[in-house]
Amino acid sequence: MKTGLGATIVRAGRRLLSSLPALFGVLVFTFLLMRVLPGDPAVFFASGPNAGKEEIEQIRRQMGLNKSVPEQLVFYLSDIGHGNLGRSMMTGQPVLKDLRERLPASLELTFTALLIALIAAVPLGVVAALRPGSIVDHGVRLFCALGVCVPTFVSGLLLIYVFYYLLGLAPDPTGRIDVFTSLPPQHTGFLSIDFLLAGDFEGWWAACKQLVLPAVSMALFVIAPLARITRASMLVSLGSDFVRTARSIGLSWRKVVVTYALRNAILPVITIAGIVFSTMLGANVLVEKVFSWPGVASYALDALLSSDYAPVQGFVLLMASLFVLVNLVVDICYGIADPRVSIE
Amino acid sequence: MSEDLLRIDDLHVAFSTRRGMVEAVRGVTLTVKAGEMLGLVGESGSGKSVTGFATTRLLDAAGRVTGGKILFRGQDVTKLRGDDLRQLQGAAMSMIFQNPRAALNPIRAIGLQIADAILTHKRISKEAARAEALDLLRAVQIRDPEQRMNAYPHELSGGMCQRVMIAIAISCNPALLIADEPTTGLDVTTQKVVMDLLADIAAARGMATILITHDLGLAARYCRRIAVMERGRIVEEASPGKLFSARQHAYTRRLVAASPTATSRIEDLVTEEERERYNAVLDKPRPVLPHGTPPLLEVRKLAKRFDQGSAAVADFSMTMAGGESVGLVGESGSGKSTTSRMICRLIDPSEGDIVFDGQSIGHVASRDFHRSPLRKDIQMVFQDPNESLNPRFTAFDCIAHPLMRLDGMRTGEALRQRVEECAQRVGLPLDLLPRFPHQLSGGQKARVGIARAIACRPRLLVLDEPTAALDVSVQAVVLQLLDRLRRENDIALLFVSHDLNVVRMLCDRTIVLRNGGIVEQGESRALFDNPKTDYTRKLVEAIPHIETGPTLAAAL
Repeated sequence: MKTGLGATIVRAGRRLLSSLPALFGVLVFTFLLMRVLPGDPAVFFASGPNAGKEEIEQIRRQMGLNKSVPEQLVFYLSDIGHGNLGRSMMTGQPVLKDLRERLPASLELTFTALLIALIAAVPLGVVAALRPGSIVDHGVRLFCALGVCVPTFVSGLLLIYVFYYLLGLAPDPTGRIDVFTSLPPQHTGFLSIDFLLAGDFEGWWAACKQLVLPAVSMALFVIAPLARITRASMLVSLGSDFVRTARSIGLSWRKVVVTYALRNAILPVITIAGIVFSTMLGANVLVEKVFSWPGVASYALDALLSSDYAPVQGFVLLMASLFVLVNLVVDICYGIADPRVSIE
Repeated sequence: MSEDLLRIDDLHVAFSTRRGMVEAVRGVTLTVKAGEMLGLVGESGSGKSVTGFATTRLLDAAGRVTGGKILFRGQDVTKLRGDDLRQLQGAAMSMIFQNPRAALNPIRAIGLQIADAILTHKRISKEAARAEALDLLRAVQIRDPEQRMNAYPHELSGGMCQRVMIAIAISCNPALLIADEPTTGLDVTTQKVVMDLLADIAAARGMATILITHDLGLAARYCRRIAVMERGRIVEEASPGKLFSARQHAYTRRLVAASPTATSRIEDLVTEEERERYNAVLDKPRPVLPHGTPPLLEVRKLAKRFDQGSAAVADFSMTMAGGESVGLVGESGSGKSTTSRMICRLIDPSEGDIVFDGQSIGHVASRDFHRSPLRKDIQMVFQDPNESLNPRFTAFDCIAHPLMRLDGMRTGEALRQRVEECAQRVGLPLDLLPRFPHQLSGGQKARVGIARAIACRPRLLVLDEPTAALDVSVQAVVLQLLDRLRRENDIALLFVSHDLNVVRMLCDRTIVLRNGGIVEQGESRALFDNPKTDYTRKLVEAIPHIETGPTLAAAL
């Protein structure tokens, strides 16, 4: 085990290094893409539709847009090297500050959604695998198909309609917390955790209530792949020789299913969960819009629509880095869960 | 009656398949006395494993006992449910399986797996269970048991894994142990060590054992009584001596004949009617090569090192004449497969050269060798006939593929004729050609693999354990086929195998490999009858033989 963990860390470090060129590529590609897309930010940010040519030219100069594209790229890269992602024209704030304020909201939402999805998907997959072809199996399949078929904004709106409008159980879907609650001192940026740290249980409950609906509508979308992969790998696991061995020595049903079959079956689920998490981070813009959630995805969408270069580039860089980080975490988890990987 | 530990009475087992119910076991009756070792012998599909699984209640969901009784200590096993059943499994009867590595949980330390078995049946603390697990590892003679407790199956060799499996199976001192092909896939030397261990443990603990195997020799060496199964029925039951000297049933007779022994010749392996075609070639004299003919294949100081670590093969030299058959034997890890693949130019040697028919081919990159005109002269037959055929190619496509790639033939009448000719030469019925591999039996797939290899009329055929996955009766036919092809077409055979009996029959010369180097080589019969090195002697002695009694010798 000791060598296994060490090898895993070395492997993860190597993986991290090898992803740096890809990150750089993402950086340059996004930069060029933004320059190719139609729309002139200078026109957009001029005082009004009647702004004169000189004014626009002046703004272009201020923004450095009069220089050639390679020159702009060099400036951009050197800025990034200094930790400066530029300034958003929409908010007037540095992009780094904007992202730092909004990222915890997105992460909190995505983590919660993933947690809900896993808690639902793994048992569903296991139950389906234990009785393949049964009514339970078909029920799970139907549920998964529905989750994938219904787009998140539709399921989100449905959830709002039922739980807010009809039943009145959920609070109004406007952001992370209602305006009257005072915010806790910021430690992690995750409201639910910060409230707990501050000992404010009322605030915690309020934040959780806000979180549930958007998280569930996001989770519904990813339960299907997670449940399917759990079912498939559980079937393989249950049919394997070592499960037969476990049965041959009379182990209890629980031990056979959980300790022998499920622990082996969970390995591919870890990989898929990592991929799902990365996809959710980028794709949750719809949910953020529907629930007015102040996250990074909706921020980037707004910036993109108004040709605001810096936030979009910052957002893409952030997503790419997160993707690398998530893969790293998956690698380490996998290395701990499976003693065999350190061998290769 | 009461002394029988296990009494199987007219057992029927059926499996529900897509084509309806298929009966795998149809009326098996046998008894096992306490402390006895019974051999249950038969070829694949004979229902021997299914009988074992039915006894331990481990049948797949599709399988069901449809009739008969399995009385264990007077209690009908087939009627047990829930906790009663679990108290039986592991505690009173246990099982060890064919593929030991797959039979162990890959992500659980072996010490924990043994402790799991102990804790299921005994109310003791985890520490006590761990101590017992350690004792068991000592009992199955695993070196450094303290360290091995925390090892995972992938860190152990196949033989080690089987010892761990035995430790798990005997952890609660069962009265009956069912060993389902426990040593298939292990080296002969490992097989002997594992089987000796198993026999000793069974004797020391008074444990009855059912040894399920396809290897008559193995059963004969370890069992006092052998039951022969064919198509779901027991056709004969006797002591080994009686079974081999005065066998009654026609099937047993065929099975015994097909099992290679120290003295058997290829022509002895099959029954009279199948022998004709072979005998016709046998009479044809071997063409005498004029003196000074250069060897077909010359390998000089071949070496292979993989990324890190020591050499897999080092300083390997050999020569082969046209039409000669050479055996390459050794335990797993001895480098015999690596060597054969280098000669086939499927992997690149690190050092040395390979000269084929006067041309140096050792330096042609294996990636480019498929373009060499010599590619069709060196062909290969692979170990697993199931895995080495493209599942989406019909038998016809499989045989036609090398003809189209290497001989540049186009689809048409000429190609069809060549394919059919190849099929006929390997004895593959022509109506099987449109079938896909999964619709063919193991022996038929092996024939397709050989037909594919000989399609381009190669001069050297490299065979990597071509019969390891086949039943003995099929193996006999395939061996005879290979030898006939060699004689008919003067194809040189390089035969890689761990089955020394087969090599002894088929090969003129034998090379013994160990740790990547040649230990001994020479004319096959002399080498096996009179080994010069201890290593070869150990290999030869480990082969389980059928003791053909004096009666049999007289009958021949």
